[in-house]
Amino acid sequence: MSGRIVARRVFMALALPIIIVVLWWVGTLNDTNPFVPKPVNVVSDLVTVWAGPLLVEQVVPSLYRLGVGLGGAIIVGVLLGVLVGLSRVARKLTGPLFEFVRAVPPPVLLPVLLLVIGIDDRSKIFLIFLGCLWPVLLNTIDGVRSVDQVLGDTTRTYGLRGWSRLRYFVLPASMPRIMTGIRLALPIAIILMVVSELYAALDGLGYQIMLFKQTFQTGPMWAGIFIIGFIGILLAFIFRVIERRVLAWYYGQREVESSER
Amino acid sequence: MPTSTAPAERTTRIPFSQTRVSTPVLGVIGILAFIAIWELASRLELVNPLYLPPFSEVAATVVQVLIGDQYRVQFWTALGNTMLGWSVGLVISLVLGIVAGLIIGSNRWVREFTHSTVEFLRPIPSVGLIPIAIVIFGVRPTATIAIVVWACFWVVLIHVVYGVTDVDPVAESTARSYGFGPFARARYVVWPTLLPYLMTGLRLSGTIALVVAITIEIVVQAPGIGQMIAQYQSAGNAKVVYALALLAGVVGLLINLALRRLENSVLSWHPSVRGEVVL
Repeated sequence: MSGRIVARRVFMALALPIIIVVLWWVGTLNDTNPFVPKPVNVVSDLVTVWAGPLLVEQVVPSLYRLGVGLGGAIIVGVLLGVLVGLSRVARKLTGPLFEFVRAVPPPVLLPVLLLVIGIDDRSKIFLIFLGCLWPVLLNTIDGVRSVDQVLGDTTRTYGLRGWSRLRYFVLPASMPRIMTGIRLALPIAIILMVVSELYAALDGLGYQIMLFKQTFQTGPMWAGIFIIGFIGILLAFIFRVIERRVLAWYYGQREVESSER
Repeated sequence: MPTSTAPAERTTRIPFSQTRVSTPVLGVIGILAFIAIWELASRLELVNPLYLPPFSEVAATVVQVLIGDQYRVQFWTALGNTMLGWSVGLVISLVLGIVAGLIIGSNRWVREFTHSTVEFLRPIPSVGLIPIAIVIFGVRPTATIAIVVWACFWVVLIHVVYGVTDVDPVAESTARSYGFGPFARARYVVWPTLLPYLMTGLRLSGTIALVVAITIEIVVQAPGIGQMIAQYQSAGNAKVVYALALLAGVVGLLINLALRRLENSVLSWHPSVRGEVVL
């Protein structure tokens, strides 16, 4: 019985992707248009062109910038968000300003940052940092602001203050919103990583894809875009695993609450 | 939660930060402080003023760009191009997203069948597709629209699917036993449940569409605000670059405000919006 359920699950998960690939394969079988890729070619390009030194030379710098930018944004965003969120005056001081700065599309800053910092790693890391900062920061502020009032009073009554109040009450209580902010920041980080490399770069995944495009190597270009897609999917997956662990108590609590209803 | 009695007025003086006027006053102070820091950083040459012109000069340039003879025509044409890509892309992704979302959401089997594919395709970053779109469509508005559609379609789709699956089974059965046909059920049961989700999806994708459109213009020099920014950057005219960046922020803010307005008026009957009015 359970074997049948597993078989059904596997079928459901794989059926449509297989259909799509087969349609793609059949549809491009007799196609000679060099701009339309064939699944076999994309896979072979993935193996022959990308796997090996190219992967290390071009993908590692991209991931390094992504990691530093995103990590910095999370650290600064949460720290600043807690500070601002705890103070009513700070919230009101920064409210309209943050609302405006957030509305500026981050890629607009790319030319500006190139002017100020230059074409090297720092301008790209800083761009990723700036783009990811706002979702993390604003969600943290919101999360800290909207912690449970009764719990807040309780911790105060029990003499929980300073660092331990922060560690055992404020941070856990706002963690669901913080994680939401990080989840929103993930796609922004990848987008800005690629954009900064498409626009002006000396290495990186986006740079290499642009190079393939300009030299009309369509197959490797498609394979590179698949790699970007894989990075996106991988990041989303890693995030979900971490979120499940960090917010295990939260999901448990919600399940209990919804079953009580 | 609306309380029937207002909280008792305290006789002690209320701190300024809790008064009603403090919100706009502190907000304006915050913005002024930001502007002052910008101005000083440039005037005192903490940052090279060539790269970061003082705010006062950028503000003057903003006015120039909006109504001055030198930039006016170029700016408004560029803005028109950007907004064209934005609106067409948004409308297409709305239509596609709603149709696909209704099909996927209304049937459990279809939902399971498509789940893995949707979850696989959704995280693929839109800008990664820029080279493909350029190869297929060339540097034309179609390329911009195609990528905007890709970026927004998934947002709309997910929200519509959530909305359709959120329909209360009791309400659905009730309507059915009262003899509501499929169209009446769609109109009176599914639609009201779906609408809040759809409006959230629309608001999110409105912002995403603008960011994506401007990004493509910067990267591949498609006509629009982004292209204008990139041009003035390579010409080394920092003032115009900053002025355009500020204006892009204003456009983003206006879009956000307009969509929030729309959401509130369309959903004026919904508890989440009504609640805000009461409080």
